[in-house]
Amino acid sequence: MVSTVIFFLFAGFAIACAISMVYHKNPLYSAISLIGVFIALAGLYVTLAATFIAVTQILVYAGAIMVLVVFVIMLLNLDEDKPLNRLRYLYVVGAGLGVALLAQTFFIFYAVLKTPKSPADPDSLAGSPMSIGQAMYTEYLLPVEIVGVMLLMAIIGAVILVRRMEQPEMEAVIEQESENRIE
Amino acid sequence: MESALETAFPFIVYSVGILLAFQGVLMIVAYTVLAERKVLGWIQGRIGPNRVGPWGVLQPFADLLKFIFKEDLVPDKSTKFVYFLAPLVALTCALLPIALYPFGPRIADPLGWLVPYTAGIPYLGDAVPWIAERAINMPLTIAQLDVGVLFILAITSVGVYGIALAGWSSNNKYSLMGGLRSSAQMISYELAMGASIIGVVILAGTLDLNGIIQAQSAGPWYMRWYIIPQFIGFMVFLIAAFAETNRVPFDLPEAETELVAGFHTEYSALKFALFFMAEYVNMFTVSVLCTVLFLGGWYTPGLSYLFPVGSIPYALASHVTFLLKIFAFLFLYIWIRGTLPRFRFDQLMSFGWKFLLPVAIGNVILTIVIVYLLNM
Repeated sequence: MVSTVIFFLFAGFAIACAISMVYHKNPLYSAISLIGVFIALAGLYVTLAATFIAVTQILVYAGAIMVLVVFVIMLLNLDEDKPLNRLRYLYVVGAGLGVALLAQTFFIFYAVLKTPKSPADPDSLAGSPMSIGQAMYTEYLLPVEIVGVMLLMAIIGAVILVRRMEQPEMEAVIEQESENRIE
Repeated sequence: MESALETAFPFIVYSVGILLAFQGVLMIVAYTVLAERKVLGWIQGRIGPNRVGPWGVLQPFADLLKFIFKEDLVPDKSTKFVYFLAPLVALTCALLPIALYPFGPRIADPLGWLVPYTAGIPYLGDAVPWIAERAINMPLTIAQLDVGVLFILAITSVGVYGIALAGWSSNNKYSLMGGLRSSAQMISYELAMGASIIGVVILAGTLDLNGIIQAQSAGPWYMRWYIIPQFIGFMVFLIAAFAETNRVPFDLPEAETELVAGFHTEYSALKFALFFMAEYVNMFTVSVLCTVLFLGGWYTPGLSYLFPVGSIPYALASHVTFLLKIFAFLFLYIWIRGTLPRFRFDQLMSFGWKFLLPVAIGNVILTIVIVYLLNM
């Protein structure tokens, strides 16, 4: 009973936040709504006894990625009077993707209803940090390594994008900066 | 009747526990503010607050009353909704970790001694044994989570929004600078903080706060407190903790000399009080985390020789040592505030990224190698 109430509370909050994220014109309101979605999802994960995933969700998405998004919005301080109309053709793509997502959701409902119910084992360690770590470094070692290499590539790419300047040019800039500081 | 009581009992226990824990922590936090003003006074050759009550002991309540009765000013061109949301986010994220504080060891039979005294009294004579039976081995933590350390890190990382949104919504250039600085600073130092904890987690083999304390109470003498094998991690954590709580020497988000009051320039009355409280509760949380991870939490070597483990005196003594360790950290915060000047912002960033983070990662690698060699 209690868990049903909590489920509908978090689910309702998540859907409300998702709708407000799409409808708000102000990018910062959209970002805040998205944070709300992430936190509501984390709450749902907790009710499913997946505390590690819940905490990681908050730590990575709400705590790190969205801080960067909010940071950029604050830095740019976009004017909310000017709607971004140049992406109009994406409406068609969006509608198509929406239909696909809806179909997928119904398929999942159908599949869940079809499979016979197996009661969850309360003593199961699935979802604990220990079992996730063990699975990551034995069974799923290759995907983990691939993700690691891709993240490394992303980091190197970011550094290269920032440091477009040639080395002598860079040194000149640094020299000038330090001279300015001394003055 | 019996089964209804059975269902209601945990709720009542949790309600009482939550009330006690939050009230206790908030009282300590209120007096941390007084202690800070007193100690800063001594450091600077002043007396400090001494008007309200003897030795100024009622000053926190006077401050609170002042905050409540001051006029609440809202800037005309602020983004109202976000402006009101920001202090709530800051305080909520500061208060949530209290649920995970490990206040003390389990007591084998906390209420058993009451049973003989109440035996003859009607109602009470039946109720006390019933409650005592259910109180056996009750943990002195509100919520025991197997990912406790991560939970606290996650919640504190969400706390950045309070400051960042406050700076943005105030529509004031100083506030915006403060908000931007704080989000940049907290993202940078979160990494070093997280990396400095990994060493402890490797040694303890668990992310549960009580589990980490338990792991420290076993093993050889040099592993009793992880500050000995993890000294580098401890130093990195301590420095990162100062930056995470926006305290001197890392209080760039509210640097008075440059930014008026930083992110809370436009906040007054109770909304300012919420930010103020959030900062001090965060200090307390970080001190608790530091105590649990590196100083054994409530575990102090030698106490188990004085009192039998699981008895009430043992739990009380453990709790007192736990508080004393936290007070030591809080004193360190105040001491450093009275002693050190503020960093420049570029120094802060290069220190975090180019020194603290590499040291923390080096500590992780070193710990992994040593643990691997010892287990070979």
